[in-house]
Amino acid sequence: MLQVEGIKKSFGGFMAVNGVHLDVKQGEIVAVIGPNGAGKTTLFNLITGILKPDGGRILFKGEEIAGLPAHRICKKGMSRSFQVVNLFTRLTVFENVQIAILSRQGRTFNLFSPSNKLAVQETSDILANVGLAVKRNHVSGSLSHGDQKVLEIAIALGGNPELLILDEPTAGLSPEETARCINLIRQLSTQLGLTILFCEHDMELVFSIAHRIMVMVRGSTLIQGLPEDVRCNQEVQDAYLGESSACST
Amino acid sequence: MPWLILAIFVLLFLLPMVLTRFYVYLLALIFVTGLLATSLNIVLGFGGIYQFHHAVFYGVGAYGAAIMITKLGYSPWLSFIAGPLLAAFLSLVMGAICIRLSKLYFGMLQISLGSLVWAIVYRWYTFTGGDDGIHGVSLPALIATAKGSYYFTLFITGACLLVMFLIVKSPFGSTLQGIRDNPVRSEAVGINVKLQQLVALVIAGFFAGVAGVLFVVVDNSAFPDMLFWTLSLEILIMCLLGGWFTFLGPMLGAAIIVALRTFASTFTEYWTMIQGIILVLVIIFLPEGVLGYLNSKFRQFGEAFLPGEK
Repeated sequence: MLQVEGIKKSFGGFMAVNGVHLDVKQGEIVAVIGPNGAGKTTLFNLITGILKPDGGRILFKGEEIAGLPAHRICKKGMSRSFQVVNLFTRLTVFENVQIAILSRQGRTFNLFSPSNKLAVQETSDILANVGLAVKRNHVSGSLSHGDQKVLEIAIALGGNPELLILDEPTAGLSPEETARCINLIRQLSTQLGLTILFCEHDMELVFSIAHRIMVMVRGSTLIQGLPEDVRCNQEVQDAYLGESSACST
Repeated sequence: MPWLILAIFVLLFLLPMVLTRFYVYLLALIFVTGLLATSLNIVLGFGGIYQFHHAVFYGVGAYGAAIMITKLGYSPWLSFIAGPLLAAFLSLVMGAICIRLSKLYFGMLQISLGSLVWAIVYRWYTFTGGDDGIHGVSLPALIATAKGSYYFTLFITGACLLVMFLIVKSPFGSTLQGIRDNPVRSEAVGINVKLQQLVALVIAGFFAGVAGVLFVVVDNSAFPDMLFWTLSLEILIMCLLGGWFTFLGPMLGAAIIVALRTFASTFTEYWTMIQGIILVLVIIFLPEGVLGYLNSKFRQFGEAFLPGEK
């Protein structure tokens, strides 16, 4: 579904992403891991069009999307959440998700029908799915951090994506909130059949739900493979996991 | 809430029967200025666009209509429609240039281009009357009297406010508010941010042009100060004062400022100092503006009786 081939991006001489390869198949959960500053968020920004790559190719459903503006890429069926919470802070929880749906339905230039009667059912369904239904009328800026991270995902779901990209969905969450988030990701994969690409620091989370893992170090791809292969790879252990990983060699 | 609005409207309809000519003129001026401030707030408060020189479209709407009537001899009614369309067109051109930049940079470029338009109007004596402006615009008999122009202004202002209210509550308005809160996220959910903002600028320019035409109706004149940047600053203050995240805040702000200017200036020529002090107090104590403050108080009060009402 998504192929990234040799993509590059530099910021004023610093190569943040330098030749990354990534392959995501339909229905998979793929995780990107790597130390701080490895370029994970930059990679996601390149894929979703928030940044323009300096070189390389990005194919989504067989179509070249590198360099397209973010709103066009989104319309092709790719939604994302952000690592740093990135909401419509003055709007309610309901309106946050509704905007994404109205945008997908191409209604953003509809000037005269009242918004509060549009996409109500679909918005409510998504909120019920992620467990935010009771907080629908809360102003999103006033939610707890955990709820805001979930709302991040809910907004991304409003785009009815085929590929969902989550940038550190559990960053800053408590253990209980993290568990809730993992369950949500699993549920989205199994019940809605979404293809999910995410990056994460929490190794336990990554190895528990990812079908395949891609390891990034200093802007480049070290390896992409099954969790077991990644865990036992010597280079990965040197670069990232440390010597204590449970690999039976 | 709708009942309160309706009651105010009926009151405003009846007021000219008891008020003197001066107060009728003052009220009409408040409607015009309030309409102008509300149109600015579409892009400022709801769109998060720093349109620093909005009065340009007010002036262009007024001059457009006044010149068509006095110099080109078109019918007033036709000119009243052409004025706002001209303002909207100028807004499209200026917006298309400025929207490439964001936030303060947008504002700086917009104020420069706007000042350019002012300079043209100010200097082009043969066509615009230069610093004299255009006076004695002859109007249809129906709206030539003080009361006639008052009612015309009241109805057009009311109709424009209703249309703008519907726009703010439409998907277009929701999207615009989303962009205000978070342009990056908006782009990421598939919204063409620049295009959305440009359409908002054109709409705001159009309604500023309507306000300009109404000024011609009330005052029978148009003059260069209408598109000088100080007026832009003044309507910006009206939005902040009244509450720039509320729909009727700018109208309230306009009423306060226009009334203050009229009454305080009879006591002191330093009335802008009074305005300055009030603004400082509002920013410190009522950061959401007067109506924003009342709204939040009213909501707390209302929630006890009307749970679930947002």
